[in-house]
Amino acid sequence: MAATLHVLHDDGAAPETAATRARRIASEVVDPELPMVTLAELGVLRGVEVAPDGSVTATMTPTYSGCPAMAEMRATLAARLRTAGYADVRIETVLDPPWTTDWISEEGRRKLAEHGIAPPGPAPRRTGGPVLLDLSPTRRAVPCPRCGSADTEELSRFGATSCRALRRCRSCREPYEHVKEI
Amino acid sequence: MAADMSEAREAADDHVYLSLADGDEGDARWAFGTGFADPLHGVPTALPEGVDAAALAEVCVALGDDALIAAQRLAEWCTRAPELEEEMALANIGLDLLGQARLLYARAGQADGTGRGEDAYAYFRDAADFRNVRLAELPRGDFACCVGRLLAQSAWRLALFERLAGCADPVLAAVAAKGVKELTYHRQYAAEWVVRLGDGTAESHRRMQAAWTELAPWLEELYADRTAEGFGAPAEEVAEATRAVLAQVAEAARLTTPAQVTAVPGTGRAGDRTEHLAPLLDELQGLARAHPEAAW
Repeated sequence: MAATLHVLHDDGAAPETAATRARRIASEVVDPELPMVTLAELGVLRGVEVAPDGSVTATMTPTYSGCPAMAEMRATLAARLRTAGYADVRIETVLDPPWTTDWISEEGRRKLAEHGIAPPGPAPRRTGGPVLLDLSPTRRAVPCPRCGSADTEELSRFGATSCRALRRCRSCREPYEHVKEI
Repeated sequence: MAADMSEAREAADDHVYLSLADGDEGDARWAFGTGFADPLHGVPTALPEGVDAAALAEVCVALGDDALIAAQRLAEWCTRAPELEEEMALANIGLDLLGQARLLYARAGQADGTGRGEDAYAYFRDAADFRNVRLAELPRGDFACCVGRLLAQSAWRLALFERLAGCADPVLAAVAAKGVKELTYHRQYAAEWVVRLGDGTAESHRRMQAAWTELAPWLEELYADRTAEGFGAPAEEVAEATRAVLAQVAEAARLTTPAQVTAVPGTGRAGDRTEHLAPLLDELQGLARAHPEAAW
């Protein structure tokens, strides 16, 4: 796999620095739950540094506190880097600032939509005061990722995982998931 | 599209084998926890100057216990919820809380100097050693009890976490800041259900009102809790914020909050327990205690 990656990207351009190469390899690791997007596109991979002695430190942040995929992500990331020849790999966790769906890249959003998962809108901004509870009926416009119709409804705010809600399109009748803004 | 999917699947399979093949991360995984590494893996562990380590350990254990016990009660709704969607929601909320508990226990082990991991706190303490508020350990009850309790717990915890997010310990502050986002969803979910049931049919109103009345004496323990005061969360302020949210929901749900409430004597924070915690822990801890070193 590492060799394949190398061929794919080694197109004869300027030689990669160790840091750029490590970053590229780390950036290609996909999310175990949403394998169409990479950890970098999700904003879960926060940084990759290569020290002068060749050791690599990658930092990750969990999406939700209870995200059960975090350890798999960490293990996969470390394994990929080791397979690519970095002997000394450290994966560190950063909790601050907390992950937000605003960190999902444009490319990540496009891929989610392409695979039938509605990407998140802008995350709610905290203004400094208490988090207000809004009991008024709220209609969120989350267009159907399949047919584009705006006539959709939420079936459940908690879908297969904490980060996704379950919705249904009233035009094409397809159910779909929506990555919740957080 | 089809090609993309199969590529994605290949990548996913590849990742499974890679992580299984990765000896350095520890092949043997403990059978009962997630088997995962320390949830605070790689987070700087130093205690900042001026932070009272014993007080930090105490607040982390208390808030971790609240979350763990609440998560266990929520998990009981699996296969018992009125609809599949609610089962998923409750399980996901429980999972968020479990994640918060793991982080808080890991921090507690650093703060109290024992270096104990999350499992030591979750699986190898007896009922008398737990410090959760007793509201968390009360039996499951019906769905009205479930959403009523979830509302009270999440409104209170949210008010606490909003304040803890600014505290002097960077790890507790980060756990709280992250938790605020999750608890906002939990509180919203519970509040909507309380309104739906309270302002629903005669029967749903009756049952929601019964749950609301039954919960009230247990809330005093939350309001009186001073565990987090040294970390920027004064009890009165947190209580006031919680009461305001509960009043807002009660009004929308046409629920009557009892005017005179007699608090249940004692407090879970001092180790006072109801008879309901021990059986809950039996189920939670039984397997881990029967096979303490088991791995897969």
